[in-house]
Amino acid sequence: MFNWKNGSLLVVLVGFIVLPFLPFGGKDNLTLLISLFLLASMASSWNILGGYVGHINLGHGAFFGIGSLVTRALWLEYELPILIALAAGALVAAIAALIVGAPALRLRGTYFAIGTLALAEAMRLTVGNVLPRVSRLPGPALRSYDIVPRYYLALAVLAVIVIFTLWLNRSKLGLGMMAVREDEEAARSIGVNVFLHSILAFVMSAFFAGLAGGAFAYFHVGYYPNYTFGPIWTFDAVIIAYVGGVGTPFGPLIGAIFFVLVRDILSANLVNVHLIIFGIVFILIVLLLPGGFTELIDRIRQYVMPDTEPDTGT
Amino acid sequence: MEINTILQTLMFGILIGALYGLAALGLSLVFGVLKILNVAHGELLMIGGYTSFLAFDRLGVDPYASLLIVLPVLFIIGIAMHLGLFSRIVRFDEEDRIKNSLLIGFGLTLILQQLATRAFTADERSITTNYSTTSWEFMDLRFPLVRFSGLFIGIVVVIALQWFLHKTYWGKAIRATAEDWRTAALAGIDIRKMYLFTFALGASLAGLAGMLVTLQGSVSPNIGLMWTLKALIVVVLAGLGNMPGTFLAGILLGLAESGSALAFGGEYRELVGIVIFLIVLSFRPQGLFGDSHV
Repeated sequence: MFNWKNGSLLVVLVGFIVLPFLPFGGKDNLTLLISLFLLASMASSWNILGGYVGHINLGHGAFFGIGSLVTRALWLEYELPILIALAAGALVAAIAALIVGAPALRLRGTYFAIGTLALAEAMRLTVGNVLPRVSRLPGPALRSYDIVPRYYLALAVLAVIVIFTLWLNRSKLGLGMMAVREDEEAARSIGVNVFLHSILAFVMSAFFAGLAGGAFAYFHVGYYPNYTFGPIWTFDAVIIAYVGGVGTPFGPLIGAIFFVLVRDILSANLVNVHLIIFGIVFILIVLLLPGGFTELIDRIRQYVMPDTEPDTGT
Repeated sequence: MEINTILQTLMFGILIGALYGLAALGLSLVFGVLKILNVAHGELLMIGGYTSFLAFDRLGVDPYASLLIVLPVLFIIGIAMHLGLFSRIVRFDEEDRIKNSLLIGFGLTLILQQLATRAFTADERSITTNYSTTSWEFMDLRFPLVRFSGLFIGIVVVIALQWFLHKTYWGKAIRATAEDWRTAALAGIDIRKMYLFTFALGASLAGLAGMLVTLQGSVSPNIGLMWTLKALIVVVLAGLGNMPGTFLAGILLGLAESGSALAFGGEYRELVGIVIFLIVLSFRPQGLFGDSHV
């Protein structure tokens, strides 16, 4: 099924695929884009549970951490091919979500948020205690390090998540999730299994965060294992999703582009000012524009072309 | 292990626990009355710490006397924060209210942390007075003055809060608002004023805890998350609204941490509180003590 939206998406994807062969496809730009893809992947995967079902998961970084931990171990220590290691990492993250999900999803609203926050902190502390040393690429791998496959892997992970979210957005499963978000009681009364939809979203969200973590493990030369479990991965994802437009397939992408642009422009002269600006934009959006930039774009489009339908991202 | 080491460690657990309890009092009050969860509570504590540090460093004000500056400053910051941000969401229904407050607090956390880093750098700051190392010896146990002052101040604050909430008109009005704001409004209580006052009071309590944290240890821009988490753990352990129960739960958390440090080594002391918290949360979402009312 072809339409203009999918067509332009395809053009963007092809553009990113040929980019490393173009003159401006140097190492610095590729590194920047990898960072963009990872942040967008985290925001998009958070969006599946936070945006579509409305459960605020403040422990999302833990699944990124699990993905990176398992992928890195299988790839470096057991020398499995990276794609298999990546799939295993994401699978373990999904299984972790399945185990945690049953008790966690019994918690109402805020308690779910602070429960997941505490859980991620517990994991971060444990990993820091058990694996206190920096995980570095071994000598041979370091000498043959090439950024291009890392770039493609991060791009592929993001593409998979976006395509999945696009499918979810118009599937029966996605509609069920949105029904749970809008009104749990009403959803239940029309035959939507609230718990099943919630836990499925949680597992998928964790799976994709695990994929992103695996891509990070493949990309990064050296880092402390507990860094990937840190709250920063969760917090960036939540903010990006909200600023871009929570509960829409393209919102997290728009948010991530804005985030990386602001960060890159400002970090040249001022340390971390982008976080202050982002914090302010974020609060303004929560108070005044709950749909984020996506809603803003829709409103502008409606103003310019009043006869078009409001865009829900399909 | 010597019995003295055990007793000394457990005593320090109680003393740090008094700070956890103090940090949790304000959060519990605001959560219980306004039904909003301010995750920037730890950042208010951090601001209180810096305020008393500045008063000591620039003006030479004694840290305990600096409370005369810290409490009003935090009260005003609380008023500004409530009027500017949180008052806009208290009209929502309960679920949206909590969710939006969480997100706003989250944004505030980012902003305040970065502003503090820019203003004070990421270095740890502490207050060193001529009595900082003063301690009494009793039966081979050490009783450091500044740490004991935290427990003492905590007990005084809990008694004062208990008196205020149960014996004064404003306190009763605040409790009525927490119980059922519609009925309270019908009875002629100015709900908006109660919300504003409670939020500012909560901020002042965070500032008080911040002064003690800076005096007993140090303050740096990123301590907020850790203290918010501790306060949340205590609030969930204690349940909402019971001030002595909240303070006691803080002390229990401190004891549990130091006990686990004795049993498993220091690197796991942070973990035990979180694990207890998760267990309590999965069995009793409304906490150990008290019910869901102030």
